[in-house]
Amino acid sequence: MVGVAAETIKAEVRKLDGRVPESVVKEVESLLLKVSKKKAITHEQLQRVLDATVKSYLASLVEPGEAVGTIAAQSIGEPGTQMTLRTFHYAGVAELNVTLGLPRLIEILDTRRTPSAALMTVYLERPYAENKEKARALAQEIEMTTVEDVISQMEMDLINMQLVLSLNRSRLRQKELTPSKVAEIVSSELGSKTKVVLDETKLRIKTEGGSLSELRRLATKVRKIRLRGIKDVTKVVVKREGNEYVIYTEGSNLAGVFRIPGVDKRRTTTNNIREIEEVLGIEAARNAIISEMMETLKEQGLEVDIRHIMLVADIMTANGEVRQIGRHGVSGEKASVLARAAFEITLKHLLDACLKGEEDKLEGVVENIITGNPIPLGTGAVRLAMQGGNIGRE
Amino acid sequence: MGGEFDPRRHVLVPKHEILSEEEVKEILARYRIKPSQLPWIKSSDPVVKAIGANPGDILKITRESPTAGKAVVYRYVVKG
Repeated sequence: MVGVAAETIKAEVRKLDGRVPESVVKEVESLLLKVSKKKAITHEQLQRVLDATVKSYLASLVEPGEAVGTIAAQSIGEPGTQMTLRTFHYAGVAELNVTLGLPRLIEILDTRRTPSAALMTVYLERPYAENKEKARALAQEIEMTTVEDVISQMEMDLINMQLVLSLNRSRLRQKELTPSKVAEIVSSELGSKTKVVLDETKLRIKTEGGSLSELRRLATKVRKIRLRGIKDVTKVVVKREGNEYVIYTEGSNLAGVFRIPGVDKRRTTTNNIREIEEVLGIEAARNAIISEMMETLKEQGLEVDIRHIMLVADIMTANGEVRQIGRHGVSGEKASVLARAAFEITLKHLLDACLKGEEDKLEGVVENIITGNPIPLGTGAVRLAMQGGNIGRE
Repeated sequence: MGGEFDPRRHVLVPKHEILSEEEVKEILARYRIKPSQLPWIKSSDPVVKAIGANPGDILKITRESPTAGKAVVYRYVVKG
């Protein structure tokens, strides 16, 4: 018997599209093509393989009513017990502070506005990515430089009621700044009420009021004035990754770094999920949650099926914004009063519900356990319906 | 540098499309649901702004999935 042509195999396999996922279609196709090269496949055999594929795919689907959330929780929770509890590690070559292990996992699920060690991976466009000097220069542009970084000392002149800043020439040169430039930025930041006078490398700042407490306040304010760079980016490291230079930053400001020409905006990311949500949207945030969690687990040598993580990310992003898993998010917004009360701060939830006259439809798991009813999971998820008129008839 | 960065070009952002009225009808019938039962996406979302979707629209999102290859999901645009 003659085997079917490769073209026919491709066409037939493509018919599975929509019935099984793309990855299965591709896998079956490549396997069939490989086999058909060695030994001819008859049309009938091909059909049998395809039917078996669909059948086995359908058999591997999660059954309706399966408690996928509970399984995900257990699948992430158990490996979690094996993770390090220590917060900080210095991650090898790129002398940067990174949160790892359980603290990082908790941080992701809590979706803190600022992670304890915010980090950006800044990819560069063509001329910068290949040239170390250019990459360095760009990194300098990104790193935040404050007044504090370029002065050798700051004095409070109590006789004239003024601040005297001694600028450090070598540090200024390193940051590509001049004393007059510093004076200009400082005076524009402080407004017209203060007078800034530059005297060689001494910067004298005088306020109108001139009380001691005001001078102190001014001193702290002046220290933090940003001279160049992007807000919140406190440290930059240029590293060669494969055949290009990549900038790693401590401190994160995605919107800020996107404004710098030469940055490859398509690939640059941060570990601050809130920032991704703001700049790139909810779907990007979902992807970031998945990859951050998988990386954290993998780094600890733990393997959790990505489906569990995807479920968590889906729930966290279901209402259009990133919600934390916990009191102020997913658990705190459950529809059922009893389920919320069973989780945390019982009294407050019951009291609030009474005041609002809330109703509990008893549709979830927790509330049905509390009231002693069968839970709506597995076989409990289906209900029997009967048409009244048929009772008693054969 | 010309204008704002389009979030759709970023590697983390999957393809978003606005569904036509017929397509909306078809998917609502297929899953037997109301639009509000879909996952939501806020109208202030950078991608929603970029494609010019309005509250009430339904977006088709084609994700690159590590398990399924391609996965199609829908999100309902809500005010926010």
